[in-house]
This record gives sequence, C-alpha cells and structure tokens, in this order.
Amino acid sequence: MSEHRIELTVNGRRHQALVDARTSLGEFLREGLGYTGTHLACEHGVCGACTVIVDGRAMRSCLMLAVQAEGCEVTTVEGLAAADGTLHPVQQAMRDNFGLQCGFCTPGVVMTLAALSAGDAKPGTGEMEAAMSGHICRCTGYQGIRRAIRQLAGASQGETA
Amino acid sequence: MNVQIPGAHRYVGERTPRKEDARLLTGRGQFVDDVRLPGMLHCAFLRSPVARGRIASMDTAAALEIPGVHGVYTQADFANVQLNVMNFFFGPIEAPVTILADGRVACVGDPIAMVIAESRAIAEDAATLIDIEIDEEEPVVSLADARSGPPVHPGRENNISQEMGEEIGEELQALLDGAAHKVTRSFRHQRIAQSPMETRGCVATCDGAEEMTIWIGCQSPHLVARWVSLAFDLPETAIRVFAKDVGGGFGLKNFPWREEIAIIAGARLFGRPLKWIEDRFESLTASSHAREQEATLTIAFDEGGKIVAGYCDYSSNNGAWPMGEDCNAAVHMFMWPAYRMPVYGFISRGWYSNTMGLGGYRGPWAMESLIRETLLDDAAREIGIDPIEIRRKNLVYKPDQPHTTTFGIEVDDISPGECLEKLLENLDVAAFRKEQAQAREQGRYLGLGIATYVEPTAAAGQMAPMTGELATVRIEPTGKVTATLGTHSQGHGTATTMAQVIAERLGVPYEDVTVFEGDSALGGFGPGAAGSRQAVIAGGASWTASEMLADKVKQIAAHLYNANPDAITIADGKVHIEGAPEMSRSLREIAEVAYGEPARLPEGVGPGLEAQYRYQPPPFTFTSAAHACIVEIDPDTGFVKIRRWLSSEDCGTVINPGVVEGQIAGGLAQGIGQVLLEDMPYDARGNPLAATFKDYLMPTFSDIPDFEYIHANTPSKTTGGMRGVGEGGAIIGPPTLVNAIVDALRPFGDIEINLPFTPAKILDVIEGRDISGSGH
Repeated sequence: MSEHRIELTVNGRRHQALVDARTSLGEFLREGLGYTGTHLACEHGVCGACTVIVDGRAMRSCLMLAVQAEGCEVTTVEGLAAADGTLHPVQQAMRDNFGLQCGFCTPGVVMTLAALSAGDAKPGTGEMEAAMSGHICRCTGYQGIRRAIRQLAGASQGETA
Repeated sequence: MNVQIPGAHRYVGERTPRKEDARLLTGRGQFVDDVRLPGMLHCAFLRSPVARGRIASMDTAAALEIPGVHGVYTQADFANVQLNVMNFFFGPIEAPVTILADGRVACVGDPIAMVIAESRAIAEDAATLIDIEIDEEEPVVSLADARSGPPVHPGRENNISQEMGEEIGEELQALLDGAAHKVTRSFRHQRIAQSPMETRGCVATCDGAEEMTIWIGCQSPHLVARWVSLAFDLPETAIRVFAKDVGGGFGLKNFPWREEIAIIAGARLFGRPLKWIEDRFESLTASSHAREQEATLTIAFDEGGKIVAGYCDYSSNNGAWPMGEDCNAAVHMFMWPAYRMPVYGFISRGWYSNTMGLGGYRGPWAMESLIRETLLDDAAREIGIDPIEIRRKNLVYKPDQPHTTTFGIEVDDISPGECLEKLLENLDVAAFRKEQAQAREQGRYLGLGIATYVEPTAAAGQMAPMTGELATVRIEPTGKVTATLGTHSQGHGTATTMAQVIAERLGVPYEDVTVFEGDSALGGFGPGAAGSRQAVIAGGASWTASEMLADKVKQIAAHLYNANPDAITIADGKVHIEGAPEMSRSLREIAEVAYGEPARLPEGVGPGLEAQYRYQPPPFTFTSAAHACIVEIDPDTGFVKIRRWLSSEDCGTVINPGVVEGQIAGGLAQGIGQVLLEDMPYDARGNPLAATFKDYLMPTFSDIPDFEYIHANTPSKTTGGMRGVGEGGAIIGPPTLVNAIVDALRPFGDIEINLPFTPAKILDVIEGRDISGSGH
C-alpha cells in the first residue's frame, strides 16, 4: 500500500493529508476530515448519495480516489449553507417540498442540484430531472424532489424574465 | 376527536415544514457510521460462498498476521456467550441460529468469522485471507426444492418451518365447485431486498460489567434495548441504545440480527468498542430478504358476481435463518375485512431453504391484496361485468358495518367502498375506456388498474412488543416546550408530527416545541416504527399528555391571577384570561412559579410543569383506500409508462399532509419497484444473483409518476382520530399497477403474472411467448 501526500481545499479550508492510494475521496472526506455529511450508500457509483462538488462539477466521491483530488476545490453538503445558517436555495426548496424523509440520499441529491445551478446557471426542469437519473431515494418516491426542482426552475425563470 | 381549542393555533392538518430537515439537509445528521469512539476497532465478516455444507477446516493464521488485525472470532469464541436469540415478538426462534456458523453453513452469505482490525479496509483484507474448506452439499433453493428436498436443518422432519390452517374440506370444495363461477389465480412473488439507502450498522461498547452503549441502525432504540436485555439476560437499564438518524428501515431493522449481535457480543468479549458497517454487496445478498412466496387462490361467485366462498394455499420461503419462522397467516387474516366473504379456508406454510433468511418488509402480508385484487379483475372478465362493479357488489360499505370476517376480525369504521366512490368521482372511467379503444386501433396499449383494501394499523395490546406509547411533555422554566417520546423516525418525521400535536393541544407555537427521541433513555418503551402505529399511538399519547399539561397551567394561572379556570385559555404560548386581555401572561412566568416558587401554587398541585401519559389504543385501527393507475405500454420496447396515479385514502385525522403523502408515495414507489424492476433471484446452486444496484434495479426518478391524493379523513376511535398510513402504499401499489398492465395487455389474451414485469417479459406477452418460466 502506498501513501501519498495531498493538498486540497474543502469548503474553503485548505487541508494537507497523507492518504492510502486506495482510499476513496468519500472515505477521506468522512474519516480523514470529518465531513460525515457525505454519505456512502452503494460504493459502486450507482446511487449518487456520496455526490460532492469537485472543481465545480458534481462527482461521485465513491468513484474518485482521494489522491485524484490533489489540488482540487471540493464542496460538501456542509459547505453549502451560508455562514449565518441561511439554507442554499436547493436546500430550502427540498425543505419546502418535503423532498426528504430519512435524509441519507439527500446530501447527494442536493449537491447535484447545487452544481447544476451554481453561479449564473439557470437549469430548467428537464436538465435537473435528467440529473436525478443518477440518484436513488428509497423513501420519498421522488415526489418532493420533483416539486423542489419545479420550484427551483420557476425561481430561475423568474429571475431571467 | 379533534375539537378546536378556543384561540389556539391549529397545527394538526397543516403542511408544517419538518423539524428534522434542518440538520439532514446540512450534513448534520448522525447516522451510525458517523459515530467514532476512542479506541474503536472495525469489523468485517467472512461469509459462506456456498449455500449448504459442512465446514471441514478453517485457518485464520494468515489473517491474524496482517498488521492492524486485532483478532478473528469464530463461533467457537462465542460458544460461552449466553444468548437467547428471539424474533420480533420476543418469542423463540426454532432454527438453531448461532451468531456465526456453527460447523455448517446453510446459505450463501452465512457469516463464518468476524475480523477485528484498525480499519474496515484492513478487516476486509484479512477476511479474504482466512482459509476455509467447506464440504458442499446439494442445496434446497426454491419453494419446490423445499417441499421435496432434504431438511435444511439436520434433525428436522422436513422443511416446514411453520404451518397454519388446513387442507380444503369437502364442504368448502363443494361450495366452490357448485358455484356459478369459480376463478383461480396462482401467483409467485419474487424475492425482494429491502434496500434501505443506509445499510445496517452497529457500534457497541462495554461500559462496565453489565452496562453497554449501542448505536445501531434500527426502528426503535427502546425495542433494541429490551431485545438485547432479554437476549443477553442483562438489566434493560444497563443497555443504552442511540439511533439519532437512520437511513430507512422498512421492517429490515426491527431488531438486531446476527452481525449486529456479533458486534454487541464481540464488544463484551474483546473489551474495546467495535463498529460494523454493512456494505451494499452484503446489504443485497446477506441482509434478510422478503416477499418470496407462492399462493393459489380460488374464489367462487354467484351468477351476479357476489362472492360465495374462497380457499387459498399459501407458501412463504423463510430461507435458512428467518428472523422468526413465519407462514404469514396474516395474509389470510387481512384478505377479507374489506369484502363480504361468507366462507373462507386456507392452508399456510413457511419453508426453510438454503437461501438468506426472511426479514420484515413494509406490509409483510401484502400478498393478500395482490392476489385478491388481481383475481377480482379476472373474475369480472369471466363473469362479464366491470371490475368496478364486482368490487361494488362485494365491498363493505358503511351501512354494512359492523362486519365480522371469517377470521373473527370485526370492523365497524372502515370505508373502502366510500374510498372507491370518491376515487371514481375524480376519474372519468368512461372517457378512459373510449381513449383506450381508440388507442388500440392505433396499436397503442393503455390500461386502467383499480384496487381497494383496508390496512390494519397501530396494533396494540395483543402481542409483545406491539403496545401503547408514552409521552412526557414539559414546559421548561424558559417557557419553551420539550417532549420525550419513544417514537423513532427512519424518515417518518415523528419529531415534526408529534410537535404539531403538542403545539396545538397545548396552545404554543410549533417553533417552541422540541421532540426528543432516538435514545432508549428518553421516554418509555415502545416498538417505534412497526405496523404503521406511531402517528396513531404516540400521537394519542402526545395529545392527552399536552391536554393534561394545559389543564395544570390553567389551574395554576387561575390561582395566581384570581380567575376562574374555565375563563383561561392558552394560545401562542401565553395564558389569556377571558375579558381581561391586560392580564395575559407568558408561559415562562407560570413556569418560573411552578418550578421556583412551589409555595405559590394552589393546594394539591405539585411543583413543576410536566405531564406524562401512556396511551393504550384499541387493538387495531383500520385505514381504507382505493387506488387507480393508468399505464401505456410500448409494444416495441415492452416499457410500461405510468401516466396517472390516484390515491383515495382514509387515514382519519391527518396530522401533516406532507408527511402522510410522503408515506403513501414511498410505499407506492416500492410497490412499483416490485412490479416492474426489483428481483433478487437465486441460481440452482443457491447463489444470489443481484449483488449490486446494477443488478438489483431500484425504482428511479423517471420510473415514478406524480401521485394525486384524495384524503377522506374519517376520524378513528383513537384519541385524535388518526389512522396509520405507513405500509398502505406498498400493499396497494402492486395490485393497482398489475391490474393496469393486465388491462393494457388484454388484447393478447390471459396473462400469467410473473413479477417483475420486465420489458422482456412484456414483449414475450405481446409476441406470444410463454412467460411462466421466463428468466428474463
């Protein structure tokens, strides 16, 4: 087993660490840095629960090794809400619409939608719904997630109008 | 009954945002894998690669040599652990279940050894280095194998794990044979993996001779504490169980099973905190499974379509190590409360096999609705009446009650017929039939499925551990309200719904109420989420405890402010005196007196501001529903598109429509998964064939339509009038969708129902191939 020194930024804070080559980014975020909001649910890239944002793109942290995140900027669900606790619009839309029940798949769903709507992006319902094909939720039947997506799309349409 | 409290804000019935969401959306939940203790070690299991055989030899030396490995336990190490493995009802399990395999393996995935190491990765590495030889034997896999094959458990006469009922008698046979119409449906239900998004997991630490602290993915910390206390013969008070957040349970996590027991027993033996987190491969192949069953139901009808009699032969595959032997007699118990069935007989058997054991799953008896509702559609076609008419002729409507089933279950406040009528007010069946006929002319296949049922919820007082619930509600010296409850949420949102009840009945803002649960030291015993019971029973307990507390506040306020107790109301967290608005006082002021200056309290009123009440509801509370769905089947791809789905349900008082609809939707999604996608097949050697989420197809975003809800809200006889709603969607979903698919495929003749209805099987139907033995 080889150990590697990596340096990366997580939720705006710089970190240095020694990691095993085989350690996934998800496991490193959880075990190495304590960002336990990232949930590992299938560890084979199907369910999407472990999704984080790496350099602006939604990534499955179970399919990415920690060493591959060298020099990257990572955002986890802990880094999404404002410092004063104000929820990110995606988090708020999920809350407004009963988009979660047990909450285990939720961080991944939230990160995918947040990545799509980052910056000036104004994703439509179709784009956001298509992105949900990479997430499995066992509790909600996706009803609240769909309503949250409509709310988010409506809000962004409102802004562009 | 939900009587409005004068002046108080109404929370019951509101779509109040969930209390749980703030932490779960920001990554601040605490699931079992988030728990880390000083000195904690990680465990992994070596599991049997074969379905049946004798362990000839085992060598752990190479595993123990890996740096970071602290130990390897086999059953020999647990031989002196005093352990009484019980089922959910705290009753005995007949199969000779041990923590780890004891000389023999009886299914693929049987845990053989447990490695204890510095990390999960090292434990897994070491487990692969355990050298094991198993003398493999011919396995018993299917129900057919179980009937004819050698006993799974040596020393038993056969593979029958449990049997109830009797073979059909001459009299009943004559009734069936002599009727105008006799319709039979045989049905095999595939095996399901419950698949909560959070797999099972456990952290256990020994804090003294008897004391233990356990974090576990479960459905009730109280039930786990009692189960561990009884199983290990330890004082219940010595067992502290935490489960702050749990990522779905669905019946699988009712009580600790072999791996969790191994962690608890192992922590006691090894003397350091141990953790085990199941991976998805284990979750799919080595967590208890559900639903593999076969049934043949025959129903006789008179000329006009009224039911005359019925008989059902039912079998359930219990696997090798069921979490309790089960012939699922509940299938027969709950098949007929919603219908007028004069004579019914059954035989029900559970069978051992060399497959993973049977566990709980949402609506374990759901086969009753699936086979009854699909058979009713068959019968309607045979008799030549509409599927809606055959239900109208046989359903129990309100004027038909009280109604007692052949099983002796009395119902006097169900509304399946009324739910059906309400459903039909929202669905233009005639217009659909017209559209369907036109579509068929164009080579498009539309289908409509309708199903009705009643769901027994909130069972209490007939069998341990299904019992009442305790609520303790307190106005703290700050004037804020806290409640400790035995409820548990694996997504149910009980901290929200209970806070709504308390806020309304006490007269305080919802924001001022905090519910604490998820800790066996809080509240009192209750089995948590099991049998759709929490809103009904804990809701009733919270309801009464809050009103008791409100009465105490009024008594104190009347004394302090020289008013008549009847003139006092509590609203928005303040005490108001009728006709004297200037005299309104905060609850904090009352609380400060109650806690700090008890001498100022009226005579006979004790200090403090808290109330405790244990609610014992009626033995059963029934929820009724009728559902409809419309599908379109693509004849080129065999793909089923669900175009519309209506739920017309009567779950009494709805505390929070968002939560109720969430329960219905989640159950329906699981039902849709069962009909279209999910399957845990075994090959003839007893190998489970769905080991990842690429093989075990979970319903995804695009598989589930928007659901439409119609709420009837007939209050039940419980305090508050709630009825349970946790399992119904998973019960009614499958027959509703199957009936729609069969209706769509009607032009292709009679269709064998062989779940799941994959696109390949549907193409077989469309292209005229036999699907009975289809392995697609």
